[in-house]
Amino acid sequence: MVTSVRAAQPVITARNLVKAYGDVNAVDGISFDVPAGESFGLLGPNGAGKSTTMRMIGGVSQRTSGQLDIMGLDPELQGPEVRAHLGVVPQQDNLDEELRVRDNLIIYGRYFGLSRSYLAQRADELLEFAQLEDKAKARVDSLSGGMKRRLTIARSLINDPKILLLDEPTTGLDPQARHVLWDRLFRLKERGVTLVLTTHYMDEAEQLCDRLIVVDKGQIMAEGSPAELIRKHSSREVLEVRFGTDRNAAAADQLDGTGDRIEVLPDRVLVYSENGEESLEVIRARGLRPMTSLVRRASLEDVFLRLTGRSLID
Amino acid sequence: MTEDSAQRLEVQAPEVSAAKARRWGSFYFMEHMLRSMRAYAVTIIVTSVGNPLLYLFSMGVGLASIVDRSPTAHFAGVGYLAFAAPALLVSSSVMTCANEMMFPVMDGFKWRRIYYGPHVTPLVPGQLAAGHVMAVGVRLLVQCSVFFLIMLAFGAAVSPTSWLIIPIGVLAGMAFGTPLMAYAARIEKENFQFSMIQRFIVMPLFLFSGTFYPLETMPRAMQWIGWISPLWHGNQLGRLATIGLTEPLWLVAVHVVYLAALGVIGMIWARRNYARRMNA
Repeated sequence: MVTSVRAAQPVITARNLVKAYGDVNAVDGISFDVPAGESFGLLGPNGAGKSTTMRMIGGVSQRTSGQLDIMGLDPELQGPEVRAHLGVVPQQDNLDEELRVRDNLIIYGRYFGLSRSYLAQRADELLEFAQLEDKAKARVDSLSGGMKRRLTIARSLINDPKILLLDEPTTGLDPQARHVLWDRLFRLKERGVTLVLTTHYMDEAEQLCDRLIVVDKGQIMAEGSPAELIRKHSSREVLEVRFGTDRNAAAADQLDGTGDRIEVLPDRVLVYSENGEESLEVIRARGLRPMTSLVRRASLEDVFLRLTGRSLID
Repeated sequence: MTEDSAQRLEVQAPEVSAAKARRWGSFYFMEHMLRSMRAYAVTIIVTSVGNPLLYLFSMGVGLASIVDRSPTAHFAGVGYLAFAAPALLVSSSVMTCANEMMFPVMDGFKWRRIYYGPHVTPLVPGQLAAGHVMAVGVRLLVQCSVFFLIMLAFGAAVSPTSWLIIPIGVLAGMAFGTPLMAYAARIEKENFQFSMIQRFIVMPLFLFSGTFYPLETMPRAMQWIGWISPLWHGNQLGRLATIGLTEPLWLVAVHVVYLAALGVIGMIWARRNYARRMNA
């Protein structure tokens, strides 16, 4: 059906996407829209179907059923045209370690039919953007994990894409490298690039995503901005108390009424409450003495736990 | 990146990128492969020059000096060196091609996942297979040309059509290489399949495809190895070109058609396997 509201036209539209491998539906009826300029996240544990969805968007995995529209094109029928619009950062780096850093950018740009003169200039700009100017002539295998990741992101920008797909962009990086990367991604977002990213890190989703879907077992469990999701599915604060591994469950029985909801994990008990400190007072007043206690703001991890009964990282 | 440079540098429209990639994608990947080969350029040069030198020296100075003295030995009316040289060229091309179609293919799919970089660009998997084949083709062309020049230096190429041994060498290499590439594209885990192929397919073919002596001198029960071997067909074509071996026209046609058919079928099969594996 033709919609008359052209201004709100999304750059990505997915309807009832299904990808089956044998009897298993890795993606099981996912629908979403991504408007231009939005930073959109797919949050879920490993094996939730996030990467498969990303691969279908890029037209490198054929969907079993459903509809997919990227900038008005069907990635299955017009794969090269769709991919010419995209920048893709895969989960696993696949830089060519036989080539030098700068050559990796140039040879990749050739796949888009870009001229050598354009690429020479663009490669230098991107090395600057990725803070790798002084590594231009270095061998790829001499780079650190964070540098390789930044080079992979720089590579994905060679065609100046309007949509950037990032599959687990910071998995395996140390905290400092992650922050550098987030900063670079945030700059892209400020320039109007549409970001679509998968992650199983809540802090990453909260840092980068305007809106996200929580995915589990190939299905969407919830959708909204990080703040909305937390508001809807969790209390404002969370009190974490530890009584010792073998006593947590027993102690939890005596915590009834200290918060809106109690969640017992193997190593600790979570008390969902609007005011964590007050809850802790009540617990102490009942004569319970937790070994440690911590009051924190509720996060997407709590949302995920609430929706699925499981942690994001097993 | 500064705003200034962003404005100055005008990027090509995505539609243009896609159209160019549809047309030239295989060449773009060939370019990548050839650049990667520079990393082992020394090995390529040493084998391209060293192999023919070693082969021709040992055959020409060593074996030939004994064989040519035998009154009963007869090799299409030429000396032993001239008889063996074209077949050695074809063999070295087939062996190089076999190597280039096994380990680098596995490297592309699994070890270093080189194929998965271009996979998310406007290129399609079939173009990666084609680009890989074309790059190997360039390597074989260089290798066969060097071999031919060394043959000339040894006086082992006597016919005016001798230069045809260069395309014949490439053709024979591809006839063996592309089906192997298609097979390699299906391997998930390399459990010594490649060394098995080298030991139990490449090596026997090298020995029993009329490389060192005419196929007819073998017992009839073993001659079938030659008939199905791309190496024998390549060897015979090579001798037609370099020493003026005479064969009925239909047999010459069989050599050419057989080699071309293997190369084309292998290529089609490889493209299909690449697409199947990468677009799962």
